[in-house]
Amino acid sequence: MKIPFHKITDTSATLIIWLLTLVAVTPLVLVIGYVAVNGFRHLSFDLLTRSPAPVGETGGGVLNGIVGSVIILFTAGLAGIPLGILGGLYLSEGSGGRGRHLVRLCIEILQGVPSIVIGIVAYILLVVPMKRFSAIAGGIALGIMMLPVIVISTEEVLRLIPSELREAGIALGMPRWRVSLLVVMRTGMGGVFSGVLISFSRVAGETAPLLFTALGSQFLSFRPDRPMAALPLQIFNYAISPYPEWHAVGFAASFLLLIVILAVNIATRTILARMSFSRR
Amino acid sequence: MKKSPLKINGDFFFGGALGAAALAIVCILVLIFVLLFYKSLPAMKHFGPGFVTGTQWDPVNDEFGAFPFIVGTLVTSFAAILLTIPLSVATSLFIREYAPPVVGGVISHMVDLLAAIPSVIYGMWGIFAMVPVVRLVQIFLNKHASFVPFLSGAPYGVGLMAAIIILVIMTLPYSISITRDVMNQVPLHLKEGAYALGATRWTMVRKIIIPYCRNGIMGGTTLALGRALGETMAVTMVIGNSTRLPRTLFDPANTIASIIANQFNEASGTLFVSALINLALILFLISFVINTIGRIIIHKVRLH
Repeated sequence: MKIPFHKITDTSATLIIWLLTLVAVTPLVLVIGYVAVNGFRHLSFDLLTRSPAPVGETGGGVLNGIVGSVIILFTAGLAGIPLGILGGLYLSEGSGGRGRHLVRLCIEILQGVPSIVIGIVAYILLVVPMKRFSAIAGGIALGIMMLPVIVISTEEVLRLIPSELREAGIALGMPRWRVSLLVVMRTGMGGVFSGVLISFSRVAGETAPLLFTALGSQFLSFRPDRPMAALPLQIFNYAISPYPEWHAVGFAASFLLLIVILAVNIATRTILARMSFSRR
Repeated sequence: MKKSPLKINGDFFFGGALGAAALAIVCILVLIFVLLFYKSLPAMKHFGPGFVTGTQWDPVNDEFGAFPFIVGTLVTSFAAILLTIPLSVATSLFIREYAPPVVGGVISHMVDLLAAIPSVIYGMWGIFAMVPVVRLVQIFLNKHASFVPFLSGAPYGVGLMAAIIILVIMTLPYSISITRDVMNQVPLHLKEGAYALGATRWTMVRKIIIPYCRNGIMGGTTLALGRALGETMAVTMVIGNSTRLPRTLFDPANTIASIIANQFNEASGTLFVSALINLALILFLISFVINTIGRIIIHKVRLH
């Protein structure tokens, strides 16, 4: 019996697609698996409670990096969140077509600016005049990177809110700004909040913008106007160092960062999926 | 009815705050360009257009040419994207058409999560797991395929090829998620129509899905290319950090992003710093152009 040609092509196409998918997905699983296994092996209590040990000594942790990352992300949030939410409100609530086009264009371009370029700009803008690497400069760099994410997610969420709600508010005699803040913003709060969380998880692992701004440090520091450690910077420095003890700490720190970022992502996805109006 | 002055003020201030935020966003972008341009001026004046074509990068003698890094950036990004296209199209087809729904859903969610993994973690895997394998492949190639051009070279492991592989792996989740979203938009009745006419699954894919999604896939691929161009950490960790023009696919090299990451903190002297900032400006412009093209294609798709 002769097998028809179209059956042969169909079956071989199916095989090739299965194969290519396998090729695409395998390395991704390998990356996560490799970092998880090696990181988990080197997890210790010291990791969370101590700062790095001097070269040659075993032990030591990344407490300074965790604290640094929190401080830098806090600064980034101060810079990025208000501006981002206002920008999103402008795009969804404000009037004027031309201005909106321009802002949207700028946001899209800003989203495509490589992170290392943002780092250089923050260096020119803050490190050079302050004559010192600082956590603030790092925070501003990350804040600029958060901005497009927050603006876009805020706009998208607020656009999903039914216009009947706005109209009802206006019909009741509320001024526009109160409608925007008390009706639209309040209804979209969950969505805006998840957008902010996503933007944090995006920049939490960013290393390039911190290289010339926060610089990194071996010590626990709380001063935002001084160089500061950050978890991703520490991972980078440990990974390219020649010391196996540092590699181990680097793996453990990667695992930590991975867990936090994945957890935030899963949490926000769950929030977004549960929000009633996002189902429409 | 008269409006109370308070209401007018409220709307006025609210509108003002929104406008100010909008203005600030525009200003940030303008500021980025102006600062980069201004700080690049010393290098531009000193080297002129020769900066882009110069092949020597010699900080000791204040000689700076960007050509090797532009080549490094373009070769790694384009090679990575060319390899990404078939993989991401196949995986999206698999998710949408071939896999059992549960498996497709799991892979789909996994891809979204993988897109969130930081570059430096991919780099970590690159250094300790991938580079040794690349080195073995190089030793094998040197033994058995030394006659093939572009594949020879000392087996360092780190180099262009390692950077290309890590870029493929990193851009895949992003590119799959776009391709998958584009494929979600294919109208069901077209697919059902094809099946009703007796088409096999492959014929349906080839005649319905691929033509319908061609522009979306191209746009998504261009946006992924924009990402690959600016990718810094993972590439810096595996590309081998050489300032010479690469001759083969395995040579250690540098991209624009990686040379900046490697040298900016050690740069001394106005000209050196300015040359690096000039590189950042070039990278900014290249990714601006690529991203704009990608966005135009994607917007066209959305309009239909």
